[in-house]
Amino acid sequence: MTAYLIRRLLWAIPTLLGVNVLLFALFFIVNTPDDMARVHLGVKRVTPEAVERWKAERGYDKPLFVNDKASGGEKLTDTVFFNKSVRMFALDFGRSDDNRDINYEIATRAGPSLMLAMPAFILGLLAAVSTSLFLVFVRATRLDVLGVVLCVIAMSISGLFYIIGGQYFFAKVLAWVPISGYQSGWDAWRFVILPVAIGVIGSLGGSARWYRSLFLEEINRDYVRTARAKGLSETRVLFVHVLKNGMIPILTGVVVVIPSLFLGSLISESFFGIPGLGSYTIDAIQSQDFAIVRAMVFIGAALYILGLILTDLSYTLVDPRVKLK
Amino acid sequence: MKPVVLISDALFFLLIACSLIGLWYASRKEHLRRAWHSVLADRVAMGALAVLLLFLGIALLDSLHFRRALEPAAGSTNSEVHYAVELDSVLDVLLHDVKEHKEKTYSAPFAHTLFERQTVERPDGTRGREFPRLKYGAAHLKNPETDKTADLVQQALRGVAVAGAVWLALAAFISAGVARSQRKPFLAAVSATLRGCTPLAWDGLLWAAGLLLLVLVPLLLMADSYHVFGTDRTGNDVFFYALKAMRTALFIGTLTSLVTLPLGIAFGIAAGYFGGWVDDAIQYVYTVISSIPYVLLIAASVLLMQAFIETHGAWFDTPAARADARLVALCAIIGLISWTSLARLMRAETLKLREADFVTAAHAFGVKPLRIMSRHILPNAFHIVLITLVLDFSGLVLAEAVLAYVGIGVDPNTISYGIMINGARAELARDPMVWWQIAAAFIFMLSLVLAANLFADAVRDAFDPRGRTALRRRRRVVA
Repeated sequence: MTAYLIRRLLWAIPTLLGVNVLLFALFFIVNTPDDMARVHLGVKRVTPEAVERWKAERGYDKPLFVNDKASGGEKLTDTVFFNKSVRMFALDFGRSDDNRDINYEIATRAGPSLMLAMPAFILGLLAAVSTSLFLVFVRATRLDVLGVVLCVIAMSISGLFYIIGGQYFFAKVLAWVPISGYQSGWDAWRFVILPVAIGVIGSLGGSARWYRSLFLEEINRDYVRTARAKGLSETRVLFVHVLKNGMIPILTGVVVVIPSLFLGSLISESFFGIPGLGSYTIDAIQSQDFAIVRAMVFIGAALYILGLILTDLSYTLVDPRVKLK
Repeated sequence: MKPVVLISDALFFLLIACSLIGLWYASRKEHLRRAWHSVLADRVAMGALAVLLLFLGIALLDSLHFRRALEPAAGSTNSEVHYAVELDSVLDVLLHDVKEHKEKTYSAPFAHTLFERQTVERPDGTRGREFPRLKYGAAHLKNPETDKTADLVQQALRGVAVAGAVWLALAAFISAGVARSQRKPFLAAVSATLRGCTPLAWDGLLWAAGLLLLVLVPLLLMADSYHVFGTDRTGNDVFFYALKAMRTALFIGTLTSLVTLPLGIAFGIAAGYFGGWVDDAIQYVYTVISSIPYVLLIAASVLLMQAFIETHGAWFDTPAARADARLVALCAIIGLISWTSLARLMRAETLKLREADFVTAAHAFGVKPLRIMSRHILPNAFHIVLITLVLDFSGLVLAEAVLAYVGIGVDPNTISYGIMINGARAELARDPMVWWQIAAAFIFMLSLVLAANLFADAVRDAFDPRGRTALRRRRRVVA
């Protein structure tokens, strides 16, 4: 088990290296720092001097891989590749293009992101599982058909409509909660409750339908027939036997997103003005801050890989038949 | 008039040609014909197909572009013809009146005045703030306050009558076809068609077509004299914009597959068939790509693409060509990122097929690997390609809206649902609010995505009845 874990963690390194090289190629070779400077400075202010100054301020003026002017080890370390790419492995993301410390921003913004993402994730899972179990309980009735139809309609509506509609109705018309903003501490719930509710409802249709098909698959298994043959009630069969076994694919399927919850949700955070990592990323994309986008992509990839490892671990936790070698 | 073929138009026509060839091929193979038959025997799928075909038709009409010849300047002896910078499509010509009926600013659906008070000069010379009459909306009425309801009812009834006539013609046409193929008398065929007692579910198609006609024909008739979905900030007809946005939505949903299919099929089959270091290398590439969050990778690529287009602005002669290049580039980027899921599925299926007896036999006959992969493995795994294609479509249409909101979607000058929704944010904050633009985007997007979802489900059930391949929809882009 430990050996497996270590091997998986070691395997993550080449993948992260690949992500890093891909990012480096995208940001420094396909698109040179000169281009970035031109985009940032705007058409009117582009002069060769301004471009050089912009690059020098952000450390983009150094050679890409080998610095001939430096001496000793600095030949390799005083380069764009080392400073902007290799340092990310040490979780040192440097400064954003408008010269702020990215690490500090990430540390302060992860909290609000989690405040929104964690409840939305847990409640969303609970809501989807209970809805799908209910649909399975009333399977092959009109109620089931109606439920599935509603699920399909719900998943055909863009998430943006849930957010816009919810914000308009509950925050503006009914004024139950503030329209947007955030406060740290216990007062945060007033700002977070609506985005959480919208996140739960917005994802309910798709996941409930998917879980329903998983449970329906279980219900035709031999052990269910045995349980019924023993004379167990239908509710007991469903809520004890089917639920336990059906949860295996569900749990292992959702574990992969748990680390990524740190990144927050891009759209709801920026709609509700929550100062988390999601809105940070959106702002960076909109102001074309390449340094932040690069950092967020790297963190996102690292968290996803972590999620994959956790998924493998969760198999052994919920299903004793699985042994990792 | 000078026909113009934008890059996206050319690709779209290519895609349609490919699908037609695919359908022709499927009609000659018994097992494929049977699978498609079971799709079309499904009432819901046929209804969804009717909706999709209508939207496809709109997008096609909107993809035949040309540049209008300008009137020669007065007194010029030069016989050279100049063309307008602006592109027109056949849809623009068909809805010419709706397109040209531009108001000054917002007006509500079916309104006869602008939405906001404006300072106007009254006939007696005084100035005051009032709701000015629209230039085109309800302009044919003398006293709109009293006459409008009657006029609307009259026009709606006329639209319903036209829709009914068209529907009857369609029903008669389909029944005639059924009568011919089943050698029944015509009246018996009509009743069989309407009751759904035909091998293909023509009743589903007819009911969906009836609903569409009932809604769209009156709206189209009224669009000449009213703004049925109101007008936007610059006074453009929202109904017209919603129809135009259909092209962008369909393009994002389909053109992406031109990139994902070749990459996903080639890499997936190669990884599964060759194994060894080829497998390792391909798996490595797709693990790297898929480990980066979808939106972020698109954002990074689109930012770079924007910078690229900005620095090479001289390549595009019209703004439309530039916006179009951005649309195509967006599709290519999404495609380059999302081929990985298809490749993974194809690899798994190839691993299974590689051990099949017919592949071993082909191998023993000395058939070359390339031929084995293309003749023996691909046709047997093609259902996966088809199902992925239809399942991904609706996700891509929804993703377009999100990407537009983030600012990494299509060009801001392109008409798309994402751009409409994005603009609606500020409109909803107004008091009283402007709701019709987002309502129009909502209705059209919901009908497109819902139809696509229902059709995709039927295709999946027909081609993969036992759910062997564990295909599922991509997770929502918005978390």
